[in-house]
Amino acid sequence: MAEVRITGLHKRYGAFHAVRGIDLDIRDGEFTVLVGPSGCGKSTLLRTIAGLEESSEGTIEIGGEVVNDFRPRDRDVAMVFQDYALYPHMNVAKNIGFGLKARKMPKSEVETRVAEAARMLGITPLLGRFPRQLSGGQRQRVAIGRAIVRSPRIFLFDEPLSNLDAQLRDEMRGEIKRLHQDIATTMIYVTHDQIEAMTLADRIVLMRDGMIEQQGAPLELFERPASTFVAGFLGSPRMSFLPGTLKLDGSAAAIRLSEALLPVAPGRSLNGAIDGQAVLLGLRPEHLTRAHAATPAQGTFRYDATIDLLQPTGSRSYATFRLAGAPVMAELQAHDVSRPGERLPIDINMNRASIFDAKTERAI
Amino acid sequence: MAAVAPVRRPKRRSIPVGRILLLGFFLVFVLWPLYWMFNTSIKPSDDYLTVPPVWFPTAPTLVHYEAALFAYRGLDGLINSLIISLSATVLSALFGTLMAYSLARYNTGGQHLSFWVLSQRFLPPIGIVLPVFLIYRGVGLYDTHIGLIVAYTVFTLPVSVWMMFAYFRGMPKSMEEAALVDGCTRWEAFWRVAVPLAAPGIVAAAVFAFIACWTEFFFALILTSRTAFTLPTVFRAFIGFQGAQYGEAAALAIVSLVPSIALGVLAQRHLVRGLTLGAVRG
Repeated sequence: MAEVRITGLHKRYGAFHAVRGIDLDIRDGEFTVLVGPSGCGKSTLLRTIAGLEESSEGTIEIGGEVVNDFRPRDRDVAMVFQDYALYPHMNVAKNIGFGLKARKMPKSEVETRVAEAARMLGITPLLGRFPRQLSGGQRQRVAIGRAIVRSPRIFLFDEPLSNLDAQLRDEMRGEIKRLHQDIATTMIYVTHDQIEAMTLADRIVLMRDGMIEQQGAPLELFERPASTFVAGFLGSPRMSFLPGTLKLDGSAAAIRLSEALLPVAPGRSLNGAIDGQAVLLGLRPEHLTRAHAATPAQGTFRYDATIDLLQPTGSRSYATFRLAGAPVMAELQAHDVSRPGERLPIDINMNRASIFDAKTERAI
Repeated sequence: MAAVAPVRRPKRRSIPVGRILLLGFFLVFVLWPLYWMFNTSIKPSDDYLTVPPVWFPTAPTLVHYEAALFAYRGLDGLINSLIISLSATVLSALFGTLMAYSLARYNTGGQHLSFWVLSQRFLPPIGIVLPVFLIYRGVGLYDTHIGLIVAYTVFTLPVSVWMMFAYFRGMPKSMEEAALVDGCTRWEAFWRVAVPLAAPGIVAAAVFAFIACWTEFFFALILTSRTAFTLPTVFRAFIGFQGAQYGEAAALAIVSLVPSIALGVLAQRHLVRGLTLGAVRG
C-alpha cells in the first residue's frame, strides 16, 4: 500500500518524446486509470513506474521514496501484461509462485499463498495445468494471481483486457473492480477503452501526446470536459460538436447556429468569453430527448428535427439529424421514434451542454 | 469382376503408386552409398573391385576396422574429435546464446555488430589458415586440443549467434519483464525464463555447431600433426602409393557416422522446432 508521486517526468527515445512532463499524485488505495488513444504515452508512463523503462527526466516516488534508481524487483510493484506474459514452461502453480520463489520465500509459505490466491480467483482446479492449456480468461486470472500473491504496494495493469472477447472483458472488468474493493491497494491501470476507464476508475488521467489533458473523477471528466479532445474521447456514442458564435447581451448569453439561437443556461460562467467569439457547442446524445411537454422546460431548447439516420439498439435508438448543417445524435427511447425521415420535436438540455472555444478547443 | 458389378461402391482410396515410387527412389539414392560403404568395410580386400561386384560378402571380416582404428590410429582420432567437437560445441552454444541475447535485447553494437558477426563467415578459410598456423606455432597452440577447440568455437560462433539471435528476437519481451517485476535480477530473468524458452533454438544451434566441427578437415589438417589430429584427417592415410585402402576408409567412415546419428536421434525433436525458430508459438 503506497501513494505514488510523479514529478516532471519525461521519457525520450532518441528524437521521439514519448512522455512530456507528467505531474501526477496518486493517493494510497486509489484506482487510477491512464487512458488515451494509442501512442499517447500511457503505457510508457506505466512501464516507467514499473522500472522497465528509465525516465529521461523527473522523479517517481513510491511511498515517499524516490525509486528512479531502483530495479523493478526492488520497487515492490506487480504488473499484469496485455499478453499475460505467463511463463509457458511452468504450470499455473509455479507461475503464481515464481515471484515468491525468486524472493527466496520458504516453500511451505509459497504453497499456502499460491493456494490462497488461486482460491480468491477460482482457479484452484487449474494449478497443475500449463498456460497453453488455458483459455484467454483463465490465463488472465493466472496473471492476476501472479500479481496479488505477492501483496505488492502497487498494482500496474497494462491493457489487461484488450485480448479478451467482449463478453469476457465485461466479466473480468467486474472482477478487477471487485478485487480492488477487496484488497484496497493502489492500482494504476492503462487502457484505451473509455468504458473501462469510466467504470473502473476512482480517477481518470486522460493523456494525449505524452501529456495529461485532464484528470479527475470519471463523472467530472464526463460532465465537464476541459477540451473537445476529452469530450470526444469519453462517452459512446461520441459527443456532437456544432460550430457557432457566442452572443452576449448583458447577462443573457446564447449560441447562434446559423438560423437557430440556443440560449446558454443562465448562471453558467463564461470566463473571458467575448461577444461574437467562434465556439463549438458540445452535445452528448443523452442531452437530447423527444419533447413531450407542451412547452420546453427551463434551460432547454426545442428543435423540430428530421431524422436522417436511425440506429436502434433495442432499449434505445440513436437518431441522427441535422442542426444548422451539422449532424447531431440523440439518444431516444425506442418507442419515441419509428423510422428515418420522421419529424420530431427534440428538446436540447442546454444545462448540460459543453461550450468550447473553436480555435483552442478548450472549454469555456 | 468389375465388369459385372455396376453397383456403385464408395470409392476406395487408391494406392499412391507415384508417391511410393518417388519415395523408393529417394530411399535408394540416400541409403545405397551407406549400404555400399558398410558392405565394403566388411569385405575381404580381394572383393573390392571384382566384376560382378560382391553384393553380400560370404566371409565378412572385421580386419579393416581393426586396422583403421589401431594401425592407422583411427581410435585416437575419434577420441580427439569427440573431445574437440564436444568442447567447441558447448562453448559455441554458451557464448552464442549470451551474445545473441545481448544483441537481441540490448541492441548491442547497434545494427552493425550483428552483421559483423555473421560476416566472419564470408572469409574463405584458406585466407586465414596460414596466419592462424603461424600464430599457433608461436604461442604453442599448434597440435593441441585447446588450439582446435578455440579455432572451432570461433568458426561456429557466427552461425550459433545468428540462429539464437533470430530466436530471441522472436520471443516476446514481456515474459522476461514479468520476471523482472516479479523479483528476478536481469541475470535470473535470462537464466530462468529466457533460456528455458530458447532451449529448442539452443539445441538446434548446438547440433549445427557439432556437425560443422565433426566434419571439419582443412583446419585440422593444417593445425595438427601427431597429437591432436581429428578423425577426418586420418582418412588421408588411406590413399598412399600402395593404392587406396577402401576397406579401412569405409570402416572408419562407418565409425565416424555413429556419433552424428546418435546426436541426430537425440536432438531431432528440438531440431525441428529450433529450425522453425520463433514461428510457432504456443
